[in-house]
Amino acid sequence: MSAPPRPAVGLVLVSHSPLVAAGTAELAGQMAPGVRIVAAGGLADGRLGTDAVRVVAAVEAADGGAGVVVLADLGSAVLAARTALELLGERAARVRLSGGPFVEGAVVAAVEASLGRDVDRVLAAAEAAAGLDKHVR
Amino acid sequence: MTETPAGAVFGAAPTVGVPELADWLRRFAALVAAAKDELTALDAAIGDADHGVNLDRGLQAVVARLPELGAPGATPASLLKGVALTLISTVGGASGPLYGTFFLRLAGSLGDAPAVGPGELAAGLRAGLDGMAERGRTQLDDKTMVDALAPAIAALAAGLPAAWDEVLARSVAAGAAGRDRVTPLVARKGRASYLGERSAGHQDPGATSAVLLLEALRDALAPAGAPG
Ligand SMILES: Nc1ncnc2c1ncn2[C@@H]1O[C@H](COP(=O)(O)OP(=O)(O)OP(=O)(O)O)[C@@H](O)[C@H]1O
Ligand SMILES: [Mg+2]
Repeated sequence: MSAPPRPAVGLVLVSHSPLVAAGTAELAGQMAPGVRIVAAGGLADGRLGTDAVRVVAAVEAADGGAGVVVLADLGSAVLAARTALELLGERAARVRLSGGPFVEGAVVAAVEASLGRDVDRVLAAAEAAAGLDKHVR
Repeated sequence: MTETPAGAVFGAAPTVGVPELADWLRRFAALVAAAKDELTALDAAIGDADHGVNLDRGLQAVVARLPELGAPGATPASLLKGVALTLISTVGGASGPLYGTFFLRLAGSLGDAPAVGPGELAAGLRAGLDGMAERGRTQLDDKTMVDALAPAIAALAAGLPAAWDEVLARSVAAGAAGRDRVTPLVARKGRASYLGERSAGHQDPGATSAVLLLEALRDALAPAGAPG
């Protein structure tokens, strides 16, 4: 009998916009089957905004035991993510906040997570996505 | 010598418990509701025109929850923690996690005490301010709510143990002076910082709402009939 597969690192996507968060989750999920990618976009009533309490719930939903990388888009999305880490207390020990780009970081991080990398490797990949060569010139 | 109950003498420091804190928040909500359009207009000039709307929405949610949060068994810390979580989940903009963290750290510093005196309150406000600045990676002169709150809370601590109503009034004056002092500066945090030089000369919306928080504190804690 083989050992159970190691759980993949999960991702949480925090945006002011529910559409941006959900769309990015969809895009990143395409390349990373089996990775929990949870969108935390907008306020509970669907309005534009950020809500750290929703981020806490999203982290809990994304954590399959290997930890979670949180990606935030702009401004108060970062403040909400940091606040969520405080609210999580000890449970934040295996949660990381990426300072990298939102969409590109999510896609790269999802791929790394699907390969079974640990949370710090997934974080490093998400942050390195800022230097991704898009072959524009 | 007979003992005088705290707060009974004009100008004496009251003890601050759940009813006083609930009153502070109700007054803050009322001041923000009245200034909602002004705050939003300030934010339209150097932000995304939502500060008044954001904060009003959050504080209305707080007011709606106050009866439950202040129910028998509540402590200052449990009330303030509930306030913090409500702001964090309903404001939606930067001021949500910032004011939310302020109240969360204030709550944390008060422990399980059923009521606290001015010195403990001042220390708690200081912890709240430190938490806010840590959350926002905020420094003085970044042109934010911190520029109003920092001098006001320093004035509060420095003013004790003088007459409480005087100290509260001085704290509001220091906060308003801090708000106005940074108006000519270029914003270095939040949406206003995206404007660079164009933010100079505009009054900061967050510093403006922070002065309302201080006015509400003065009005809630100054003994009845005191100036203010
Ligand atoms: N990093 C920060 N530290 C302290 N105060 C800040 C910081 N960023 C913004 N602020 C304060 O928040 C106020 C704006 O609050 P508001 O609720 O309108 O947030 P916002 O900028 O619209 O948030 P969002 O990033 O969600 O768009 C500013 O006027 C400023 O005083
Ligand atoms: Mg705004």
